[in-house]
Amino acid sequence: MLIKTTARAALIAALALASAAAWPRAASAETVLRIGMTAADIPRTLGQPDQGFEGNRFTGVTMYDALTGWDLSSADKASVVIPGLATEWKVDDADKTKWIFKLRPGVTFHDGTPFNADAVVWNVDKVLKQDAPQFDASQVGVTASRMPTLASARKIDDMTVELTTKEPDSFLPINLTNLFMASPAKWQHFYDKAEGADAKAKSQAAWTAFAKDAAGTGPWKMASFTPRERLELVKNADYWDKARVPKIDRMVLLPMPEANARTAALLSGQVDWVEAPAPDALPELKQRGFKLYANEQPHVWPWQFSRVEGSPWNDIRVRKAANLCVDREGLKDGLLAGLMVPATGTFEPGHPWRGKPAFEIKYDKPAAQKLMQEAGFGPNKKLTVKIQTSASGSGQMQPLPMNEYLQQALAECYFDVQLDVIEWNTLFTNWRRGAKDPSANGSNATNVTYAAMDPFFALVRFLQSGMAPPVSNNWGFINNPKFDELVKKARQTFDPAARDAALAELHAASVDDAAFLYVAHDVGPRAMSPKVTGVIQPKSWFIDFSPISMQ
Amino acid sequence: MLAYIARRIVYVIPIVISVALVCFLLVHITPGDPLVAVLPADASQELAAQLRAAYGFDRPLPVQFGLWLLRALHGDLGNSIATGRPVLAEVMRAVGNTVTLALAAAIIGFTMGVLLGLIAGYFRETWIDKLATSFAIAGVSVPHYWLGMVLVIIFSVELNWLPAVGAGPNGSNSWAWDWAHLRYLVLPAITTSVIPMGIVTRTVRALTGDILSQDFVEALRAKGLHERGVFRHVIKNAAPTALAVMGLQLGYMLGGSILIETVFSWPGSGFLLNSAIFQRDLPLLQGTILVLALFFVLLNLLVDIAQAAIDPRIKRG
Repeated sequence: MLIKTTARAALIAALALASAAAWPRAASAETVLRIGMTAADIPRTLGQPDQGFEGNRFTGVTMYDALTGWDLSSADKASVVIPGLATEWKVDDADKTKWIFKLRPGVTFHDGTPFNADAVVWNVDKVLKQDAPQFDASQVGVTASRMPTLASARKIDDMTVELTTKEPDSFLPINLTNLFMASPAKWQHFYDKAEGADAKAKSQAAWTAFAKDAAGTGPWKMASFTPRERLELVKNADYWDKARVPKIDRMVLLPMPEANARTAALLSGQVDWVEAPAPDALPELKQRGFKLYANEQPHVWPWQFSRVEGSPWNDIRVRKAANLCVDREGLKDGLLAGLMVPATGTFEPGHPWRGKPAFEIKYDKPAAQKLMQEAGFGPNKKLTVKIQTSASGSGQMQPLPMNEYLQQALAECYFDVQLDVIEWNTLFTNWRRGAKDPSANGSNATNVTYAAMDPFFALVRFLQSGMAPPVSNNWGFINNPKFDELVKKARQTFDPAARDAALAELHAASVDDAAFLYVAHDVGPRAMSPKVTGVIQPKSWFIDFSPISMQ
Repeated sequence: MLAYIARRIVYVIPIVISVALVCFLLVHITPGDPLVAVLPADASQELAAQLRAAYGFDRPLPVQFGLWLLRALHGDLGNSIATGRPVLAEVMRAVGNTVTLALAAAIIGFTMGVLLGLIAGYFRETWIDKLATSFAIAGVSVPHYWLGMVLVIIFSVELNWLPAVGAGPNGSNSWAWDWAHLRYLVLPAITTSVIPMGIVTRTVRALTGDILSQDFVEALRAKGLHERGVFRHVIKNAAPTALAVMGLQLGYMLGGSILIETVFSWPGSGFLLNSAIFQRDLPLLQGTILVLALFFVLLNLLVDIAQAAIDPRIKRG
């Protein structure tokens, strides 16, 4: 009797499943692009996204604009800074801490209110002026650290603002790509309606409300938001840059932190596009007709050397030997299934900040062995080095297998590599404490990947002696007067072409000094349905969704 | 009975305070910066100090705990550092989704477990027993996240019958008990149900076998009671222990599974915990652990009371 009942239930379940297969899919004239993100939550929507540059990619440059932006129109050229909500800018000749930005006329926020100088001042104050009603501590960290010298903003007239920096800093226009313009009127509307014990509580409530119903000036407008589940954006048909009005009507962003889940969602047709598909599934995705995109990103997977007294990396021959002993092509084609670009510096040829390093980073084992022998090491006298790394982490690619690959490769050049594997957040926190701190646990290199979007993040924070812990990320306490001088020169050169040349000089000097073990650049792999067309994957952390169509 | 219930409720108070203290301390003694979600490693020292003060992390730990407990007693678990959203609302939404999943899994797992356990216990040492026991062992042994992935490959990728991820066509906000939504529940619920199904099967099988071998069953049969009547006695005697096991299993399921909810992108408490852990979002982590721990305490209380109601000997103890 029991068995009969179970069999009947199973039959009913099978019929139910079969009927699901025949379930009609809702037809819609609206074109919808569904994207599976790697993030576990929707990045913050209130203007200053969290979750690093993936956050900016999905809820920053989509819904908002900044005074300056990135050129995302080419897959071949380096992505450079272009005008955004500012049409032009220049530094004051008499006082190099003051900049004049001319604003783009005729731009409106998604709530219909005008974008003007007041809006710029309001948005600067939201992260820099602690007594401003809209000041929000939760937005400060991800913003102020990316524009470390900006001090204040002042309205000159409706379409002109003056920005002041703490010291002369030619990087400001690049840094400003990180300050997104939110609608002050919309926030004020929420503030007026908010309940709270005091102004701070009301302000916090207003930002929470704003995050659910945000207004920027970007090519996409917020349509609906379910925290941790989905964000729906619709095209802004009135976008100021007519060439970048989206071709798709609606974009749905879904957090899917697990790579296999994302891949399954794509394979089953539940989404049209996934970020970072499971590497093992790439051949199957290709075979089933899905399109794969990848391109060099401004990202570096390095070993950052300790240069404190007694560190084995203080000998430039050892640093150069390590750089010459790694077969990066082998790493790319073997372990990473093609999903990396071999790193020969922070920037590769073609980038305006690459320069002309004399030291050519390539795989040359005999040369590496020779350098090690000159430094006093050999098959019977190996050099022990200890590397602190993590088992996973944002941007870390596949840290353990990659480090084990390096361990094997460097063993052939008389290195004895020991790995100190710790949890990702701890590694990240230790990064700030430096090689002298007990948290380094005796390591003489750390393996934290870094974004190389702007000169401060790519070069200055690692190479300038003043950036040693606890100030910033010069973990290894590099103290090279030449670097300090070149940083100063780059920061105080205000003609963009000359500034780029100064940065190229700094980069070339760092490569010549083998300041890092440069290993790989990530390539931001993504897979999508053949229905998705018009995709241009630039050499950037970001992508422009505007030219994309659905067949 | 009322005195027993009152006594059990009084016991809950120190347990709850201890749980709150332990979960506060646990998240604070783990290494890493609590502001990592909003403070990049390249932020200046000045900025770090400013934010530490803004979030109250510059105060001594006992003060932080006292303030947190005071707010928690007023139903305020603070705001998430990463999102700025109130923790209580985040946790309750996630718990609601996990409850939906846990109940569906409990219906499948407990029904199958009791049925298989009774059959196996009744037909002990026969091929039916062996089959049911193998099923139970497989349920307990197979890694559920692996099973989840296999089910996704078969039913979502290959057959395209059921969705691979998510909690409804438009998210869990618009959840409804219709097939359009239930089809999102099928695979995660089956995956979640296999372990409780296996445990319940083994428990019920052992209980049924033991009870059937007891003298009073022989006496019942000798008195001429038909098998259905004997079975009713068996069930009644097995119920308190089986109920306790099911209560614990339901507790585990209500706690959410980080692995299953991540594999299916099911926005429950496991998914939330995963996110809170990776973002080192202390208020969210503390709030989620506290609410889940309270669920366990409450569920154990209810199971104790239910057991006492079924078996009067318990309340005397």
